[in-house]
Amino acid sequence: MMSTQSFDLIIVGAGPGGYVAAIRAAQLGLKTAIVEREHLGGVCLNWGCIPTKALLRSAEVFDLMENAKDFGLSCTKPDFDLEAVVKRSRQIAGQLSGGVKYLLKKNKVTVIDGTARLEKGAKAPKVIVKDKAGKEAAYSAAHVILATGARARTIPAAGLAPEGKFIWTAKEAMTPDIMPKSLLVIGSGAIGIEFASFYNALGADVTVVEMLDRVLPVEDAEISALAQKSFEKSGMKILTSAQVEGVKPGKDTITASIKTKGGKTQNIAAERIILAIGIVGNVENLGLEALGVKTDRTHVVVDEFSRTNVPGLYAIGDLTAPPWLAHKASHEGVICVEKIAGNKPHALDHGNIPGCTYCRPQVASVGLTEAAAKDAGHKVRVGRFPFMGNGKAIALGEPEGLVKTIFDAKTGELLGAHMIGAEVTELIQGYTLGRTLETTEAELMETVFPHPTLSEMMHESVLDAYGKVIHV
Amino acid sequence: MPIKILMPALSPTMEEGTLAKWLVSEGDMINSGDVIAEIETDKATMEVEAVEEGTLAKILIPGNSENVAVNTVIALLLEEGEDKSALDGVDVSAPAQNDTPTPQPSPPKGKKEEGVKSVPHPEPVEGEVPVKSVAEGNRLKVSPLARRLAKEAGLDLSRITGTGPNGRIVKRDVEGVAPQASMAVAPSTPGGYDLIALDGMRKTIAARMTESFRDVPHFPLTIDCRLDALLTARKAINEAAADDGIKISVNDFIIRACALALKKEPAANSSYTPEGLKHWHDADVAVAVAIDGGLITPVVRQAQHKGLAAISTEVKDLAARAKARKLMPEEYQGGTFTVSNMGMMGIKSFASIINQPQGCIMSVGAGEKRPVVNGDELGIAIVMSVTLTCDHRVVDGAIGASFLKYFKQFIENPAMMLL
Repeated sequence: MMSTQSFDLIIVGAGPGGYVAAIRAAQLGLKTAIVEREHLGGVCLNWGCIPTKALLRSAEVFDLMENAKDFGLSCTKPDFDLEAVVKRSRQIAGQLSGGVKYLLKKNKVTVIDGTARLEKGAKAPKVIVKDKAGKEAAYSAAHVILATGARARTIPAAGLAPEGKFIWTAKEAMTPDIMPKSLLVIGSGAIGIEFASFYNALGADVTVVEMLDRVLPVEDAEISALAQKSFEKSGMKILTSAQVEGVKPGKDTITASIKTKGGKTQNIAAERIILAIGIVGNVENLGLEALGVKTDRTHVVVDEFSRTNVPGLYAIGDLTAPPWLAHKASHEGVICVEKIAGNKPHALDHGNIPGCTYCRPQVASVGLTEAAAKDAGHKVRVGRFPFMGNGKAIALGEPEGLVKTIFDAKTGELLGAHMIGAEVTELIQGYTLGRTLETTEAELMETVFPHPTLSEMMHESVLDAYGKVIHV
Repeated sequence: MPIKILMPALSPTMEEGTLAKWLVSEGDMINSGDVIAEIETDKATMEVEAVEEGTLAKILIPGNSENVAVNTVIALLLEEGEDKSALDGVDVSAPAQNDTPTPQPSPPKGKKEEGVKSVPHPEPVEGEVPVKSVAEGNRLKVSPLARRLAKEAGLDLSRITGTGPNGRIVKRDVEGVAPQASMAVAPSTPGGYDLIALDGMRKTIAARMTESFRDVPHFPLTIDCRLDALLTARKAINEAAADDGIKISVNDFIIRACALALKKEPAANSSYTPEGLKHWHDADVAVAVAIDGGLITPVVRQAQHKGLAAISTEVKDLAARAKARKLMPEEYQGGTFTVSNMGMMGIKSFASIINQPQGCIMSVGAGEKRPVVNGDELGIAIVMSVTLTCDHRVVDGAIGASFLKYFKQFIENPAMMLL
């Protein structure tokens, strides 16, 4: 006989979707509990966004050290200690996870350690949590939000799954057992390209295999092309329109047979392979089938306020539809909770979710690509401004990059913005804000951008779209 | 707990209205009895008084919001000692009736309206409360993109409801209304038309007139009245009383004559109800006043007890406030008899539709010189045709004719009205 503790809201999963939703719910006066089976902060904080940023920062500093001469500095024989680099990354993840724990406590959110599954309940499904000792406890709530996230997609049948040595997913790649001399990265989305950048900077011989015809395939084609050129210049090998057909482990290396563009097969041996071929939602063992929760290829189907087809049950973040980004999960969580609390939030506008890739050079974008804008029937005006024309970029020693803006020629709506180059991930919010406020080119042109900053390029790109660019 | 200020029902039948204007701002200290907002109903603009006191913490429905359902939470008041954090989590969905005291229209005149028994049935508002995007100071909240889209499509932004933060008009709002012809101010094309949105008054007129014309068996009775004596009397009175600022109109005489005739023929001062025929004790004479966008019928109460000067002053005041849409519901509801005068517009005679549940309505035509027969002589007199439309369920032909006989006597012998 289990005793049932009851809450207004139970959230399953304490990643950036779940814990943010929990804090907001507590602020709104809901008695809230959050269930986490592993680490507070989820993949983002522990195995994703944050620790990879720590690794990439080390790579960036190392790169600067190697090029110290360019800045009039000397740094003889720069070197790195991979173990220390990884340790720093883990420390940062641990620090932030502790921060989440503090925030949840401060907001009086009950944290339940264990693995959750759902059973049919009264207003909403009941949440049964099994702790590490295997003991089960039942909890009930008027509302239950699933925020169980996602994990790396693997294809065990093709040998594309971690086997303990040669094949890594992101998780293994950020806690490496060796510094691989050669590395094959399968998939050129954000995750694949970030690891490719990291290991390439540390000197690994990196090959990236992409099934589609360009790297970073969700980005604007022009940005993809610039990115590929830059990656290749930094020593990466890139195979596009290429598919890994099988892998064969050897003694020290693993050999992948890759079908390339012309239908030819090419074998590439590498000490490690990183799998970055997408994600699958964590839908299993939650009891979703028994409840009749509608799913679509490992992702839970929800409406604009994150409601599933089962009353009282919601799902947010990577468990639901793309884009699979931490900030999307957080926003969905807040909107979902506001709705539960009886407020009147606006649904998340997916066109205004920026995407950032922290490779070198960085890539950031919001809104429609040029091709998507044209496909949607827009007559477009496109503005471009190169880093080469920006004083701050030159002073930073970062003359490579581009800021591209796409406007509707008729209405002046900023349809999309696409950037590649130093620190563009910090710049994109300016355009995102512009889109959210529905500015037109007129307000963007009137805005004063400070000199000397990289942000001036954002202004110039808009000016360029309307034939008023100054520094080109 | 913050106090919820609800959209008041200004009359028993009011279901929604326009929150015209806030007279206080967020942060203002409010005392019970303070006038805090103006509400427009289908026919009038009224002031709303606060019932509770406290600090106005949040205005939820901005000024110039249309179709605000009765009992919608329009603002939140913080009691002494509460701070803004108390607002978090306040459920602002419409509460059940009588949950919280509703502000009262001012001044609350106690008189109950006759004939109308229905009470409002406010339903909880589902989803977003429509918010007009005009903030305090009449600045239209609209995104630059929406402004441009509206301009290009020739849309009137002031008629678009914003769904963005704080009622801001955003792209989706403009896109949403673009196909509506009503919004277009583009040059008209052959076969095109302007669609004028139905406002509260138009809806009320449509519903009430349709109901009356469909359900009430109307019949008209017309009689001619000579006005020469009345005009002479009027001239004399107005000359004599000019220093007192009195100027009696023909219509004032007609109202007085109707009131007196109704007392002579009380069966005409009546209403049909399923329970029985109501013979009203007072002659509460309603006067149809054309106003911008429709008409309204303010009532001269107990007109049988009022002299010409009193009627004249009262009608002038009521008509002026009617045109400004400032009448209280009890000032235009519940008359027992209506006078509609189109004489000044040159109409010779017409038959009005009965203003239910009244039993009769008098339609007054123009006073004009007409050939008349005096004995066997042909002469000229100033003659006015009046038509009494009767509800046959309560006023039979003989009753109507009897009323008109008395009416004609009073009009043609104005001195009798002095009694």
